[in-house]
Amino acid sequence: MAGARTYDVAVIGGGVVGCALARRFTLDGARVVLLEKAADVLDGASKGNSAILHTGFDAPEGSLELQCIREGYAEYLDIHARLNLPLIRSGAMVLAWTPEELAQLPDLIAQAHLNGITDVESLTAADILRQEPALAANVLGGFRIPGESLIDPWSAAHAYLRQALDNGAMLIRQAEVLGGRRVGDLWEMETSAGTVHAALVINAAGLWGDEVDRRMTGESWFAIKPRKGQFVVYDKPAAALAGHILLPVPNKITKGVVVCRTAFGNLLVGPTAEEQEDRIHATMDRAALEALRKRGEEILPALRDHEITAIYAGLRPATEEKEYRIRADRAEGYITVGGIRSTGLSAALGIAAHVARLAGRADQPLAGPVWPRMPALSDEAQRDWRAPRNGGVICHCERVTRREIEAALSGPMAAGSMGGLKRRTRVTMGRCQGFYCSAELARLTEGRLPEPMLAGNAHDE
Amino acid sequence: MSDPDETVDVAIVGGGPAGLAAATELRRHGVARVLVLEREAEAGGIPRHCGHYPFGMREFHRLLRGPDYAARLVRRAEAAGAVIRTGTTVTGLGPDGRLSVCDDRGTATVTARAVLLATGVRETSRAARLIGGEKPGGILPTGALQGLVYLNHQKPFDRPVIIGSELVAFSALLTCRHAGIRPVAIIEAGDRATARWPVPLLARFLGIPFLARTRLEAIHGTRRVEGIDLAGATGERSLQADGVIVTGQFRPEASLLREGGLRIDPATGGPEVDGWGRLSDPAYFAAGNLLRGVETAGWSWAEGRRAASAIAAHLRGDLPEGDRSAPIALDHAALKFAMPQILPMAPAEGRGLAPFLQIRLATPARGRLCLWQGDRIIAYRRLNHRPEQRILMPLPTIDPNAPPPRLTIEPS
Ligand SMILES: Cc1cc2nc3c(=O)[nH]c(=O)nc-3n(C[C@H](O)[C@H](O)[C@H](O)COP(=O)(O)OP(=O)(O)OC[C@H]3O[C@@H](n4cnc5c(N)ncnc54)[C@H](O)[C@@H]3O)c2cc1C
Ligand SMILES: Cc1cc2nc3c(=O)[nH]c(=O)nc-3n(C[C@H](O)[C@H](O)[C@H](O)COP(=O)(O)OP(=O)(O)OC[C@H]3O[C@@H](n4cnc5c(N)ncnc54)[C@H](O)[C@@H]3O)c2cc1C
Repeated sequence: MAGARTYDVAVIGGGVVGCALARRFTLDGARVVLLEKAADVLDGASKGNSAILHTGFDAPEGSLELQCIREGYAEYLDIHARLNLPLIRSGAMVLAWTPEELAQLPDLIAQAHLNGITDVESLTAADILRQEPALAANVLGGFRIPGESLIDPWSAAHAYLRQALDNGAMLIRQAEVLGGRRVGDLWEMETSAGTVHAALVINAAGLWGDEVDRRMTGESWFAIKPRKGQFVVYDKPAAALAGHILLPVPNKITKGVVVCRTAFGNLLVGPTAEEQEDRIHATMDRAALEALRKRGEEILPALRDHEITAIYAGLRPATEEKEYRIRADRAEGYITVGGIRSTGLSAALGIAAHVARLAGRADQPLAGPVWPRMPALSDEAQRDWRAPRNGGVICHCERVTRREIEAALSGPMAAGSMGGLKRRTRVTMGRCQGFYCSAELARLTEGRLPEPMLAGNAHDE
Repeated sequence: MSDPDETVDVAIVGGGPAGLAAATELRRHGVARVLVLEREAEAGGIPRHCGHYPFGMREFHRLLRGPDYAARLVRRAEAAGAVIRTGTTVTGLGPDGRLSVCDDRGTATVTARAVLLATGVRETSRAARLIGGEKPGGILPTGALQGLVYLNHQKPFDRPVIIGSELVAFSALLTCRHAGIRPVAIIEAGDRATARWPVPLLARFLGIPFLARTRLEAIHGTRRVEGIDLAGATGERSLQADGVIVTGQFRPEASLLREGGLRIDPATGGPEVDGWGRLSDPAYFAAGNLLRGVETAGWSWAEGRRAASAIAAHLRGDLPEGDRSAPIALDHAALKFAMPQILPMAPAEGRGLAPFLQIRLATPARGRLCLWQGDRIIAYRRLNHRPEQRILMPLPTIDPNAPPPRLTIEPS
């Protein structure tokens, strides 16, 4: 792995933002390297989120965040079919449960219009219950945002990276950036996998954004304040209970507890919003999980009869301010893309386009780039278990085939850890949590994961 | 390999003890085409990876280890002329016995005059129990532990904790012992072991502390389990451990039923069945653990045999048709389930799923267990039981003109 290599652009961090950046700069014609400290990509903030593709209807007016969400949303709609990425156009409803919340609705609708989302539609309680019959009858009113959609949080990011790799980019995992200095026109970066040289360095280190700034430039102009979000996930039959993404009226700190389907046909309730110092551990606690379950049952009473099949928690890379922390020093060839707090999945492609403009490089865009097609994980009609020569089903709950697992263990983006294999294929993420398939999976992955399966269900949702 | 469209007399979903027993018995009843569909590479069900005793006393009159027992059941079914097709997953249950299946070749349909569902159970996961903490490697249900130890000869950890004290915790202890794993403790939320004698006895014999009235609150670790937090009667404390075995609280593997629109009893989590083991769609029958959570293999095997008799009678047109009566209502908080849920209106005369009603408690209770129709008690028995203990009552018949049956616990 070691030895000095020189690239046009080095992206630090393989979260969804880093993956989108790698794609953008590669397609624009640059030689890109992505450096990720973990054994696989998507091991930080991008590991666990709500997987909503936001329109930006409630983003702060005039913000860079709004601009990136809107641009990212539009590009996702543009490219998802070519990359075989899911898009579930569920629409969302913001629901008011108290008179105070009801009173806030007009302002929220006005905000949506200001943000350019003009197709929102005000709803009476009767309208809402007609469209969402499983909803608790004490809902008072709300409005509908048709464009809010559901996607697969991992295959989207994997697809961006895959397209970068297929068009010549380089991925180095287990490569933690330890420090760097400017030598002439180049950055010389010390990483745990050797020295890397690049003309432009982009810090997309998520929860470590301030730390990487300090390592590279000796200072940081913002501080990461991790904000944890816990979730409970219900088994697939519960997904029939909610057509729309069900959003509460937001408060100042958080969008609040959401109830929505997932691209994989489950139903999730979450997240919480809890400030913490720890950037590594997203610790779940019984009281919070029970509160989520209770809140879920208040919104959809029938959830009482459904089974929880997964729990997880993610950390938002929030900072002292709401706004994204993006700043470019063109002379020094250094761009920070920090504080991509709670909308990074939606905004990633837009952030990448914005950063490319900031970088102002004059590369020659690729003519006829390769467009990889991602495995269909969310569309049951196209799943591999339906196709010939699939090698048989290994994970029965999620119907993951031997061929899908083999594919995820090979190629330029082969899974680097058990978590990575799960994110690529969904093995063991179903209701039995490995009761049946652990032994077979341990055999299949033996000697093939840089960070081996620890015989556990360290599944990340 | 399945032809795209295949027709058989009886299709059996799941090749565990219940399914294999039924296959053998159906052939003995002269049913021509009996097809067992098993998603694993080998039939045999859970015993395949239980490399310990005791299995087989009822079926083979000898003490066997799980894998030997499973192999014998397979041989017996094959010798009787049943076809066992492994590597084949049933993915959908359609009306009139139309099954969607998939295998290495893709998807296909199997249509049967009758279908027996024998898909077994799984343990309740850490997630469903809302156990907090992080998600390191080394958190396993007993089923997974057994697969790793007995099928792969792996040792996933050295010093795990065992959560729960049902009979399956006994299997977990035996499996650990086999692999040279030394559990740190057994943790039970109740005030004593659920499986009353074997678990505490074996734990004591092995020198493993048994912690009653203790709940696992959180699991900690980044890559692998490093420790756990417990909450108990005497307060909170932490233990070092490198693994967690999450045992028991079995749930029927019933997701196919839900998707297929077959009626599920929320109390068992399995299908709602009548005295012949028939589901709400009368082309479907069920047997084994799917019916109610975990029992012994011999018990499930016996259920499979009796279900086969009922199915054979059904194919001959010998089963009573007509309306299903209302299911038994559970009218006491301590009652967990009663199965079959739908009682017969006339005696089953040896062709039924069982000559008794199977009952379980959610919490310990004593008194008189009474089955009512209106203000009349149609069956009763003495009760002094704890959760997970087997409670039986001779299968009563009900009067179709009287109010629906209701089960209560009365003071004795
Ligand atoms: C609970 C929750 C719910 C959310 N819901 C949504 C939603 O519904 N829709 C939406 O659009 N967004 C949502 N988000 C937000 C979204 O998940 C984040 O904005 C996004 O994941 C941030 O990605 P990132 O690439 O900036 O950071 P990360 O994913 O943290 O990526 C940074 C990467 O950098 C690596 N790294 C760190 N230091 C170094 C180093 N020194 N050297 C090399 N590599 C390094 C890390 O290992 C990590 O992989 C949610 C977030 C949370 C937590
Ligand atoms: C850890 C453990 C230890 C045990 N130890 C003992 C013991 O020592 N002695 C004892 O008597 N009993 C023991 N038991 C109980 C015994 O294993 C069960 O009672 C018995 O296996 C139940 O048989 P079954 O046929 O109902 O289900 P299972 O044995 O669970 O078989 C069900 C089968 O159905 C298959 N299947 C499920 N869904 C599908 C589908 N959609 N398509 C195709 N196939 C499908 C499964 O792969 C499986 O092979 C133990 C159980 C466990 C979990």
